[in-house]
Amino acid sequence: MTLRVERAGPLALVVDGGRRGVRHLGVTQGGAMDWISLGWANWLLGNAPDAAGIEVMVGGLSLVAEADTLLALAGADLAATVDGAPLTSGQRFTLKAGQTLAFGGPQSGLRAYLAIPGGVLADPVMGSVTSTVREGLGGLDGQGRTLQVADRLEGADRQARQASLARPGQLPEEARSTLPASGVTAGGVAAGGVAAGGVAAGEAVAGENIAGEKNIVRLDLVPGAQIHAFSGTSLFRAFEQQWQVDQRADRMGIRLTGTPLDCAMSGMVSEGIPLGAVQVPPDGQPIILMNDRQTIGGYPRLGALTPQSCARLAQCMPGAAVRLAPMSPERARHEYLQQLAMWKM
Amino acid sequence: MPRLETVAFDSLIVRLFDRIDEAHMPWVLAAVDSIRDALGELALEVVPSYTTVLVQIDIKQLALPEARARLSQALMGLEPRDGEAGTLHEIPVWYDVSVGPELPLVAERLGTDINEVIQRHTARDYSVFALGFAPGYGFMGLIEEAMATPRLKTPRQKVAAGSVGIADRQTAIYPAPSPGGWNLLGRTAVKLFDRQREGYTLFRPGDRVRFVAIDREAFMAQGGDTTPQPGVGSERPNGEGRS
Repeated sequence: MTLRVERAGPLALVVDGGRRGVRHLGVTQGGAMDWISLGWANWLLGNAPDAAGIEVMVGGLSLVAEADTLLALAGADLAATVDGAPLTSGQRFTLKAGQTLAFGGPQSGLRAYLAIPGGVLADPVMGSVTSTVREGLGGLDGQGRTLQVADRLEGADRQARQASLARPGQLPEEARSTLPASGVTAGGVAAGGVAAGGVAAGEAVAGENIAGEKNIVRLDLVPGAQIHAFSGTSLFRAFEQQWQVDQRADRMGIRLTGTPLDCAMSGMVSEGIPLGAVQVPPDGQPIILMNDRQTIGGYPRLGALTPQSCARLAQCMPGAAVRLAPMSPERARHEYLQQLAMWKM
Repeated sequence: MPRLETVAFDSLIVRLFDRIDEAHMPWVLAAVDSIRDALGELALEVVPSYTTVLVQIDIKQLALPEARARLSQALMGLEPRDGEAGTLHEIPVWYDVSVGPELPLVAERLGTDINEVIQRHTARDYSVFALGFAPGYGFMGLIEEAMATPRLKTPRQKVAAGSVGIADRQTAIYPAPSPGGWNLLGRTAVKLFDRQREGYTLFRPGDRVRFVAIDREAFMAQGGDTTPQPGVGSERPNGEGRS
């Protein structure tokens, strides 16, 4: 089985669970921004949840199958089609020899994940095949570049694991309630269940939103780090106001805009940064540090988003409305373990 | 006793000090050893910086309170690691205005000439405090107080690989082309990050670095790139290019 890239789109990357045990060398984590959707795409094929797949941001990618190939798609609805016929996100399907899988533009969510039997075949660099463009590590060529026209994607296995074929070809009910905010589009308008087709995006969104505020995405934050350096008023503002996802967003960090927060601490000595850290530079506008963040930094932080909330944020378009909600580390761990347990089904 | 602070659902910061000092490094490195000994494979990441160590635990195996208990036990009675244990690296640098455009600026601040800036930058050994910003990038210091120079108001969009710079009382080498706001003094041909190298990076926290001035011919003979440093551009969109 081989897929040939016919059109590359703005940002399609090979991603897996990211690099481990390398941050003390200044090397970033990388990996799937919405790790839950990658996990579900892999689940549909019987792969490990963090097996290498393709992260398609915004769309534009098109792939031609050179032989019949079993694939799975999850995450954002990027108006995917097979030879022009709409293909719903959240299912396993066969791309027949000569057929083209193409991604249009974002209908709901930002990042779609394509899984291939056994995971995308590539030589790992420092233990991972994930592409980190900024560092020039990983991907098909080992140099971290994005997918390019004429690239060829191979799976590490010829076909899906037998176990997966006993699974339904579509994502289960449980997946729907944990899918990231795929209904949240620009301006915080929910696209609703219809736009996303088979996957009931409307329901998924409702499950992750603030009660009574349908179009606002809830981001759970484990308080910590320098949170005590923020004034009471600022903490009130941090958790009570509605923030907007800014245009300035990439795999390193996503800015939120709103009424600024004040921190008594102006500068601090740089220290290690966990995934989802919510740092507040002097302009008072938080930046959520994501998968490709730098390994150490010197801005005060409120704490860090849970991994589930990072996945949801990765699907938010600029303009989306979000709220920060405090969550205990115990609860965050419980929810994380629950997510991992679902993939054992 | 170091403080243990929660920074994420699966991460703690071990805070040992509040300010940057070369004398702190042996303590930070000793803490890294203790943490690795206490947690073994349960520590997914152990990231030392100037005054702290970030520990990401394997949350599937271990809950945060238990990690905290094990770490406080391990860090009790911490003794500094031998200060001489780090490797001393000699780094040849071609100091020249074409690749170190801030040489005149630093000279002006010191009220002296470029040659003296070079002499003073090469006069002391620097400690590697932390790796970060980019693979293999070492934050080093401290440069003499009189030479301390703030970061550029507008960072460059592209700093050439091998560039040697200073910011405040720190000095560093850019391992790869990247945006950056440090004052550039020269360039080295030494590779700081090499995926073929055992351990990948040339520097480790706690190592010591001595810069040695070389001329253009020697720099070229070592494979150095003499392409002049392009001018100052605009800031990165997300404000992450702090170094």
